[in-house]
Amino acid sequence: MQKHWIAIPLLALTLNGAVLAQTAEEKGLAISTEMDQRDLGWGNEVSDSTMVLRNAHGQESVRENRMKALEVPGDGDKTLVVFDSPRDISGTAFLTFSHANKADEQWMYLPALKRVKRISSSNKSGPFLGSEFAYEDISSQEVDKYSYKYLRDEVVDEQDSYVVERYPQYKHSGYTRQITWISKEIYQPVKIEFYDRKNALLKTLTFSDYQQYLGKYWRALVLDMVNHQTKKSTTLTRSNYQFQTGLKERDFDRNSLKRVR
Amino acid sequence: MKKRILVATVLACTATQVFALDVKGSVGLEGRYFIDEPSDPRQHGNNASINVLPELYQEWADGQQSLVFSPYLRWDQGDSERSHADIRELTWSYVADEWELRAGLRKVFWGVTESQHLVDVINQTDMLEDPDGEAKLGQPMINLALIRDWGTVDLFLLPYFRERSFAGEKGRLRTHPRVAVDQVQYESKDDERNLDYALRWVHSLDVWDLGLSYFYGTSRDPSFSLSSVNGEAVLIPQYDIIHQIGVDAQATVGAWLWKLEAINRHHDADDYSAITAGFEYSFYGVFETVYDLGVIYEYLYDSRGSKSTSPFADDSMLGMRLAFNDEASTDVLLGVIVDHAGEGHAINLEASRRFGEHWKLNLKARGYVNIAPNNPLYHFRQDGYAQMEWLYYF
Repeated sequence: MQKHWIAIPLLALTLNGAVLAQTAEEKGLAISTEMDQRDLGWGNEVSDSTMVLRNAHGQESVRENRMKALEVPGDGDKTLVVFDSPRDISGTAFLTFSHANKADEQWMYLPALKRVKRISSSNKSGPFLGSEFAYEDISSQEVDKYSYKYLRDEVVDEQDSYVVERYPQYKHSGYTRQITWISKEIYQPVKIEFYDRKNALLKTLTFSDYQQYLGKYWRALVLDMVNHQTKKSTTLTRSNYQFQTGLKERDFDRNSLKRVR
Repeated sequence: MKKRILVATVLACTATQVFALDVKGSVGLEGRYFIDEPSDPRQHGNNASINVLPELYQEWADGQQSLVFSPYLRWDQGDSERSHADIRELTWSYVADEWELRAGLRKVFWGVTESQHLVDVINQTDMLEDPDGEAKLGQPMINLALIRDWGTVDLFLLPYFRERSFAGEKGRLRTHPRVAVDQVQYESKDDERNLDYALRWVHSLDVWDLGLSYFYGTSRDPSFSLSSVNGEAVLIPQYDIIHQIGVDAQATVGAWLWKLEAINRHHDADDYSAITAGFEYSFYGVFETVYDLGVIYEYLYDSRGSKSTSPFADDSMLGMRLAFNDEASTDVLLGVIVDHAGEGHAINLEASRRFGEHWKLNLKARGYVNIAPNNPLYHFRQDGYAQMEWLYYF
C-alpha cells in the first residue's frame, strides 16, 4: 500500500478528534489514509476465491481462482491470480504489478500455448471475467488513486460508519464517483456505491463476514456486487486466507507464470 | 478447486507412498466442412475427428520439484496420417531461487506477434492439427533458466530433432504432389540426432518486454525437392543446419501494444532476414456495451521475396478481435492476410463460447482466395473450410 507523506499529521488529527480546522476534503483524505495505514505491514498473503455470477434470470455460473499477493513498500502490490474453473481456463494466470502513479504492468499466461503475454492495463472499467466486478474494483486500492470528500456519519448494516465520497484520479475509470461507508471500528469498507459516467447509480458492493488475521489485518470473506441497471449480481467468497507464508519477489516474476498450476 | 485423485505410486527413489496426483485435460470432437472439391480426387471430403489431451501433474519437495505428463491422441476419419499420437510434455522440473532446471519433452513459446511466429524456433510445428501452425510437437530438451535482476537467460540443449508432420495422400490441406516423409534428408551427418542448442535472454523494463535469442541446429522448417516414388511425383523434405538470431520486443503503452519480431537466418552461404511488425489497439466498452474491440495490424516481410518458402514475403495482416465479456467468454476473431504482390489473400475467422462449466464450442472458417500459382498457399486453394469443434474440459 502507498505511504503518504501527510499521513502522520492527519492521523494525529483524526485520532484526537480535532477536526475543527478540517475541510470535508481533508477529513475524507484523513479517513482514507488511516484506512491505508492500518493495513500496512501484512507482507504477503494467499487466498482462494469463488465467484458466483448471476444473470437477471437467476442463472448462475462459477469461477474459482487462487491468489497470491505481495506487499511492496512505497508502491502498489504484486498479485498472481490462477484460475481453476471454468475448466477451459484452468491454469490461466494473471500477474499484476500495480502502481499508484503510473500504469499497472500486467501479464497473462495461456497454458495451452505456453505463452506469456503482456497485456494492456488500461481496461479499468471492463468486467473481470464476465462478472459484475470491474478490473478497477478488484485492483490494489492506493490512497493516491482517488480524491476524497467526507459527507457524514451514518450507521449502516449495524456499523457506525464514516461516509466518504471519492473520485477516481486515474485514467479510463468507468465511474464519476463512489460513495464509501467505512466502519469506524475496523477502518474497513462496509459498503460502496458506484456511479457511472452519467452519474447514475450503477452498482452496490457490500462487504461482510470480516475476519481478523495476525491480530491486526481485517479481510471481508464475502463481497456482494449488485448491478442495479442490468439486475445481474456477483458474489465473491474468499477462503483459506494465510499471511506471511514466505512468498518472495521471485514468486511474482514472469517465470513464476510458467510454473503455475 | 482442482480435482485431486489419490493414487498409490511406487517411485524408485522412495518407498510406496500416497501422492496427490493432479489430473486435467480435454476431449474434442471436430467436424470439417470443405467448401470445394479437392484438387486431387484421392483427397477426402467432409471429415470428422476426435482428440484427447490429458495432463497429469505431480509435485513434491514443497513444489520445488515436479513432473508433468501430457500425451496427445487424435483419430481422424479421412486421413490416416492425421490420426497421430504425440507426447506434448513429459518434464521434470527443479526450481531454485536463482535458477530453474527442466529436462524432458516440452513446449516453449518465444515472441510477441500474432500473424506468424518467426522467433519461435524450439518446437516443431504439428501441421496436422491446424494450418495456422500454432500446434507444436513436444521437443526433447534440457533447459536451464538463470534468473537475474537484469533478466532471465535460458540455455537449451536439444538432443533430438522432431520431423514436421504432413497430411497424408488422402488428407486435405496438403501440397501437390504430397510430401514423402519417409524420404526425409538431413544436412547433419547425425540425421535427427544432431545436438542443437539455443540461448535466450528476456527482460521486462517499464513498458518494454524484450527478447534476444540465438539458435544453432537443424531447422524446423524444411525445404523441398521434387522426386518420385513408384512413379508418383512427391516432395522430399530436406532439413538444413542453420544459425538464427532473433529479436522480439513489445511496448505496452495505454491501450496500444506495439510489436516487433525480426530474425536473421544463416545457412551455408545463404542468408536471409524476416520481420513481423505492427500493433494491436483496444477500444474498451464499445457501442455503449461492455464489449472490447481490438484492432490488429501486422506487416510481414521476408528478404527472399518471391523465392521465399514462406507464403508471407510482403504481406499485411488486418485483424479484429471482439470480446463480449459475458459469462460465456464469447469472442470472435477475424483476420485477413493480404499479399502486396497480388498473390492473393488468406482469411481466418474464429469464434468461441463456453457452455456451462465444462463445455466449449469453437468455430473456425479458413479461406484461400485468388492465390497465385507461385505462392506456397496455392496448394490449399481448394481447401477452404468451416470447422465446428466441441471440447469437454475436465
